[in-house]
Amino acid sequence: MGKNKKSKTIGPPKMPFWKVVRKHWMLLLMLLPAVIYVIIFSYAPMTGIVLAFKKYNYQGGIYFSPWNGLNNFKALFISGKLGMVTRNTILYNIAFITLGVVMEMGAAILLNEIGAKVFKKVSQSLMFLPYFVSWVVVGAIVYNLFNFERGVVNNVLVSLGLDRFDLYNTPLAWPFLLTLLKIWKQTGYGSVVYLAAITSMDQEMFEAASLDGANSWQKIRYLTIPSLRPTMMTLVLLAIGNIFRGDFGLFYQTVKSSSLLTPVTDVIDTYVFRLLISNGDIGVSAAAGLYQSVLCFITIMIANSLVKKVNPDYALY
Amino acid sequence: MSKNEVITVRKHKKLGGSGILMNLVSYSLIGLFALACLIPFYLVILGSFTSDTYMIKNGYPLFPTGSWQFSLEGYNLCLKNPTEIISAYATTAGVTITGTVIAVFLATMTGYVLSRKDFPWRNHFSFFFFFTTLFSGGLVPSYLLCTRYLGFKNSYRALILPMAFSVWNMIIAKSFMAGIPASITESAKMDGAHDFLIYVKLILPLSKPLVATLSLFSALAYWNDWYNCMLYITDDNKFMLQYYLQRMLGSAEAMRRVAENSGIAITTVPLESMKMAMTVIATGPIILLYPFVQRYFVKGMTIGAVKG
Repeated sequence: MGKNKKSKTIGPPKMPFWKVVRKHWMLLLMLLPAVIYVIIFSYAPMTGIVLAFKKYNYQGGIYFSPWNGLNNFKALFISGKLGMVTRNTILYNIAFITLGVVMEMGAAILLNEIGAKVFKKVSQSLMFLPYFVSWVVVGAIVYNLFNFERGVVNNVLVSLGLDRFDLYNTPLAWPFLLTLLKIWKQTGYGSVVYLAAITSMDQEMFEAASLDGANSWQKIRYLTIPSLRPTMMTLVLLAIGNIFRGDFGLFYQTVKSSSLLTPVTDVIDTYVFRLLISNGDIGVSAAAGLYQSVLCFITIMIANSLVKKVNPDYALY
Repeated sequence: MSKNEVITVRKHKKLGGSGILMNLVSYSLIGLFALACLIPFYLVILGSFTSDTYMIKNGYPLFPTGSWQFSLEGYNLCLKNPTEIISAYATTAGVTITGTVIAVFLATMTGYVLSRKDFPWRNHFSFFFFFTTLFSGGLVPSYLLCTRYLGFKNSYRALILPMAFSVWNMIIAKSFMAGIPASITESAKMDGAHDFLIYVKLILPLSKPLVATLSLFSALAYWNDWYNCMLYITDDNKFMLQYYLQRMLGSAEAMRRVAENSGIAITTVPLESMKMAMTVIATGPIILLYPFVQRYFVKGMTIGAVKG
C-alpha cells in the first residue's frame, strides 16, 4: 500500500506547501469529506482509549471521568477469561486462514480447469450464494439443520435409527461447525480474487508448457501456484493482521448465548460486547478493546516486516 | 479470445490420462461444493412452504415427499400483521439505497484523488487513511462517541454513517483508477475542466465495473446489517430486516425455553414455518441483485492489487 519510495526520489521536486494548496485546492476539497469522516469515526475513537484507564461515569463522559490507574486491566486479568478468549480467537483464525487459503486457491484453480462454460458459470454463482446472506440467515440455517426436535440432520439420524444429536450440549462440535460455516460462507467470494489473478496470468506461458509436454497437474504445480503466491501472501498478511479479531457475526448469531459453550466459542469480540452490553462495564471492556487493538497492531507490524525481509514486493506498505 | 480458443483446443487434443483425471476431479469437487452451497437454501425455502402441523409431526422436511403438502401458512402468518415487516422493508431499502450512493461516491472520489500521480501529497493521505485499518479505538470508545456526541440512538444516521466510507473500497477504487491513462485527465485539464468535473464526467463513466462492484459490496453490507441496528436502535419503527429476523428467531428460542420451564402452552411463539418464511422474505431481494452485476464482478475485483 501507498508508500512508493522510488517515486519519491525520482518524482518532481518538492513543491512548497502553499503552492500545492493553490494548485490542487479542488483535489483537497474532494478529499475533505473522507478526511472528516475518518477523523470522526476512526481517529476520534482512538483518543477514547483513555477510557481503559478511567473509572467511567456519565457526567464525566469519555474525557473527564476520574482516572483509575491500571485497575481496569487488573479486573480484566483477574477475571481469568482473557487467556481463554484470546486463545479461542487465535485458534479459530488460524483454522480460518489456513483452510480458507487452501479452499479458495483450490476452488479458483479447479474452476479454471473447467471448460464447460455453463457448468462453470452456474457453479460459481452457486458458490457465491452464502456470501450474499447475513449471519442472521446463517443462524436460521443452523437452526433448520440442527434443531434438536425438528432439525433436518436429526430427522435423518432418527430415520436411520440413530440417536439425535444435541448440538447445543456438545461443545466439542462447535469448533468444527464454526470453521465449516466460515469456509462455506467465504470460499466463493475469496476464490474470485485468485481467479482474477489466474486469468490475468500470461497465457503464453501455459501454452509453452503444454508444447513442452507438461500435463495439467504439472502446470498447476509449477506455474499456477507459484504465480498466485503474491496474491496469497497479501491476503494472508491482511488476515494475520486481524488474527486477534473474531468474526463477531459468525459467533454471535450461531452460538447465541449459551454459557455451556462459551469455553470453546467465546472470542475477544463477543467477550468485549458482553462486558459492554450485558454488564455495562465500560472501563473493563474498553481495557479489553485496547488490549485487542494493541495486539492486532503489533502482529501486523511483525508480519509485514517479516514479509518485507523475505520479499519486499509482497509487503503491505 | 482466439488465443484462448487455441489453448483450449490444444488442451483437449492433449487430454491424456492426467487430463481426464484432472477434469474428473475438478468437475466433481466444484460440483459438490456448489451443491453444498445450495442445499441449505433449498432446505430453508422448502421449510417456508411447509405447514406447521407437518413440522410438529415430522420436523423440517428434507424432500417434499410423503405426507408433505405445499402450504403458504408461514407467509400468510408473516403477512397477517404486515405493518412491522413493511416498515422494516422500507427502512432497509431506504438505508441501503442512501448508504450505497454515499459509500460509492466517497470511495471513488477519494480513490480518484489518490490515484492522481500529479498530486504530491497522495502518499501522505493514503497513509492517513490506511492507518485506520491498522489500529482502532475498539468498540467501546466509538459506541460512547456515537451515542453521546453524535446522537446515534434511534437515529437513521446510526444505520447509514458507520459504513458510509470504507478504506478498503477506497483502495480498490484507487488501484482501478490508477489503470486509467493519465492522459485523459491531462488533456481535459488542458481544455480547462476542473478536477471534480473530470471525476464526474470522464473518470466515473470509465469506471463502470468498479462502480458496479463497489455498489454491490455496499448494498450487501447495508442490506445485511443487523449489528448497528442492534447497538443503536430500540424503536420498532426503525428496525432493519435482518435485525427483525434476528429478534424473531431469538424470541422464538427464548419463549420456547419459558414455555418448557413453566408448562404454559406455546401459542404466541412464532411458528416454525413462519421463521423460515421470514428468512426467505429478508434475504430475497439482495440475491436477485447478483445476476445484474455478475458480469462486472471479476473485472472490478482485479485487486491482486489489494495493495493498490
